[in-house]
Amino acid sequence: MKRSVGIVGVIALASVTGVLAQATPPPARADGVGAVHVWPVQRNIYALFGPGGNITVSIGDEGVLVVDTMTADAALDVIAAIKTISNKPIRWIINTHSHPDHTGGNATVAKSGVYVATGNTRGGGGASILSFESALMRLNGSAESPDKAPEAGWPTDSFFVKQKDMFFNGEPVLTMHVPNAHTDGDAIVFFRRSDVIAAGDVFTPDRYPMIDAKEGGSINGIIAGLNLLIELAVPEFNEEGGTMIVPGHGRICDESDVGDYRDMVTIVRDRVQDLIAKKMTLEQVKAARPTFDYDGVYASPTYTGDMFVEAVYRSLTAATPAQRSQSR
Amino acid sequence: MSAKRAWRPIAIAAAWTLATVTPAFAQVDFSGGWGARLHEDNLERGGGPEMNEFEGLPINAADRMRGDSWSASLWTVPEHQCIPHPADYGPNFSQLVMWKDVDAVTKDVVAWHTELSWMNPVRTIWMDGRPHPPAWAPHTWQGFSTGKWEGDMLTVETTHLKPAYIRRNGLARSEKATVREHFIRNGDILTIVTIVTDPVYLTEPYIKSRNFQLDPGYRMTPYPCSVDVEIDRPAGEIPHYLPGANPFISEAAAKHKMPLDPARGGAETMYPEYMERMKTMPTATMPAQPAASGGAR
Repeated sequence: MKRSVGIVGVIALASVTGVLAQATPPPARADGVGAVHVWPVQRNIYALFGPGGNITVSIGDEGVLVVDTMTADAALDVIAAIKTISNKPIRWIINTHSHPDHTGGNATVAKSGVYVATGNTRGGGGASILSFESALMRLNGSAESPDKAPEAGWPTDSFFVKQKDMFFNGEPVLTMHVPNAHTDGDAIVFFRRSDVIAAGDVFTPDRYPMIDAKEGGSINGIIAGLNLLIELAVPEFNEEGGTMIVPGHGRICDESDVGDYRDMVTIVRDRVQDLIAKKMTLEQVKAARPTFDYDGVYASPTYTGDMFVEAVYRSLTAATPAQRSQSR
Repeated sequence: MSAKRAWRPIAIAAAWTLATVTPAFAQVDFSGGWGARLHEDNLERGGGPEMNEFEGLPINAADRMRGDSWSASLWTVPEHQCIPHPADYGPNFSQLVMWKDVDAVTKDVVAWHTELSWMNPVRTIWMDGRPHPPAWAPHTWQGFSTGKWEGDMLTVETTHLKPAYIRRNGLARSEKATVREHFIRNGDILTIVTIVTDPVYLTEPYIKSRNFQLDPGYRMTPYPCSVDVEIDRPAGEIPHYLPGANPFISEAAAKHKMPLDPARGGAETMYPEYMERMKTMPTATMPAQPAASGGAR
């Protein structure tokens, strides 16, 4: 009898402790390898933070899919960091655009993975790499660009339509083209069951949006991309949680964070547009300081409010009427 | 009875007391319902402030510009409709319920939770010494809070707040802000002192206190929020005023027959000596009747 009471006590204690463990999440940890840090986003999606752009990782029975590969120098740490969360091979890389802070690790990360045959079979090699067509053209040099990469880092698959769908690790993975935003080769990747979007540099909440006009970027394309993210995202409660968004740079976000950023970009665009309508020159527009109230949040020595204003000004004064209405 | 024998029962009683009494860890229990006393800072409760009413806040010029460009129509944008008050603003007027998580084995308080009646935001204050998350972790309306006891006072440090507001008329509080709070219970009165430090929009810490009365029978009511588009505006349009186009800047000051200068805010407007300076300032004049759109985009 005494023994059974003891067993019941232990079970009760364990149950209570179990309940407590459920109610109490584990302490926040900052795992990673070298300069690359791993953060669990939700369900089977993780994010990697480190040198260059953020990486989004899907893990599951089919293997590993990574969105972007950071810089070339960080590639080995990226691979080692992924191995801390999955022992499956890397099957897919998706590039959100062609810039080397997001694609520099392509060759090394792909080589560490395993090829899965697609419609266009090719011999041997590592993981497949997918990008929008214009990003492929910049990486392989068929379009003039400083982004030209060694052949091993070129995309093996590309798409030129609005959206490329696949099903991986038990969920739809929608790669959606965002026209003329950060560049003309932008894509966002929506993991539909995990409810996570990898946004690339269409959304960079720790800085003003970088508009690469030489590669087809535009302010209204950025705003249209941000509004697309808001269309796709659904908050769980009180405009918080639900769909989570891994930006190209900066922290993990949700819809409200994109909304706050979208408001800022739209307001600055409207202010610059108003000053252009008043026939002000670029220097006069800069002197009016249309980003003054946001510089403390988004400006940095490497990308100041003035630089963003100039990019917006040039984008708006170069835009065709169709591009001007693109953000609607 | 010898002196030695006379001391014996006292020694036994003392030993018994030491062995059985609950150790004093100076931890106050905040559990239960608390009714907001609503006797401070009228601007932050009820219907809230009027537009461009910035007095008593240590805002800088950048925040003043945020406030001047803000249009109340922003609340009609779907992404803005169901935003709850952030941790540093919510206690201004909401009813409050607090409860605790207790470790089943050690009986230590692992966490305190608060829930406010307005929009039902639930907050966790970790008491187990865990570190704050890294910079890349998500931010929330309630932020990430850790607490420690300083005597009978619970001191809470909060980081990872979403970008929100210091006042409900567009004055921004950035996500770089940190918040320190002191929870002080004195009988049936709970005082929460909130200190907001924002390197982006405040020139000095913003300090306020709120009192709550213990309300054992209080039952939290649900506050579901539904997003409804009621204004059919062009897609992508964000309501705001262009610089220099806000026609309401002097309206609140003129309505209350006060000078415009204090209504523009700033650290100096927080202090009593500013009232003497106000006496030398001209009263604000009511702005001309704005166009139907009010100049908003």
